[in-house]
Amino acid sequence: MELDMDASSLSNGMGVENELHVLAVDDSLIDRRLVEKLLKNSSFKVTTAENGLRALEFLGLGEDQKNNLKTTGSKVNLIITDYCMPGMTGYDLLKKIKESNALKEVPVVIVSSENIPTRINKCLEEGAQQFMLKPLKQSDVKKLRCQLMT
Amino acid sequence: MDLVSQMQRQFVDYKNSLFREGFLDDQFKQLLQLQDESNPGFVVEVVSLFFQDSEKLLNNLATALQQQIVDYKQVDAYVHQFKGSSSSIGALKVKNECVAFRNYCDEKNRERCEKCLEQLKREYIAVKNKLGTLFQMERHILLRGGSIPLE
Repeated sequence: MELDMDASSLSNGMGVENELHVLAVDDSLIDRRLVEKLLKNSSFKVTTAENGLRALEFLGLGEDQKNNLKTTGSKVNLIITDYCMPGMTGYDLLKKIKESNALKEVPVVIVSSENIPTRINKCLEEGAQQFMLKPLKQSDVKKLRCQLMT
Repeated sequence: MDLVSQMQRQFVDYKNSLFREGFLDDQFKQLLQLQDESNPGFVVEVVSLFFQDSEKLLNNLATALQQQIVDYKQVDAYVHQFKGSSSSIGALKVKNECVAFRNYCDEKNRERCEKCLEQLKREYIAVKNKLGTLFQMERHILLRGGSIPLE
């Protein structure tokens, strides 16, 4: 019998080096590049997606994947998504993730350039781990890492 | 003082003036701190993305405001995007111009929007020139074997 010890078979989603994997979703290329650098500087493994649909596909929740019995999604430890995106907003994406049995335990952080209390409350009520203001700073990401490790 | 030291001094003075005069804010400092030996071209890369994005947005805004019937939701969406990108790289004056612009979009005031666009273009060109000069000074120091001072 062969033991397949590759990263995806580890149930807690951590790679061989104990790396935390983040999926960052944002329609702005500049912001994707920034968040990727911030996360990498804090030793996260990063995948970026330019919209909610791509994010769902990566997570294995894409339209054509739903009928697939095998889970084809990649394991992530954290999802960071922009709120304001055309088509599927960060809020819509949050809802879809929380509706999924496979993914509802994954913490989702919503980021936005606008500090709107009703928006913040809506996201927190839907199960967002946190709401953060853009642009993110290195200290914000360090805090996130600490929170994930506990 | 040798030439490289002089150039380094001028570089630091110029950079500080950009913050003092409000062209750049703390977010740009964050970008500088993100750059490291593994990615020495990071700031230039992100700023270049900003320039490309901005020029597209300015063209889109001009076209949108030239329409017979202006779609103010679309204009606002473009300005919102511009506000986001300028905020992300720390281009303070450009960001502030976007904030003012969005107010006029709400009022659906064509004339004021057109004036805002002109002002936005001016601010963008100003910061583009300033950053271009800054990067050029950096290149000249590196060409002469000097290092880029942090302060």
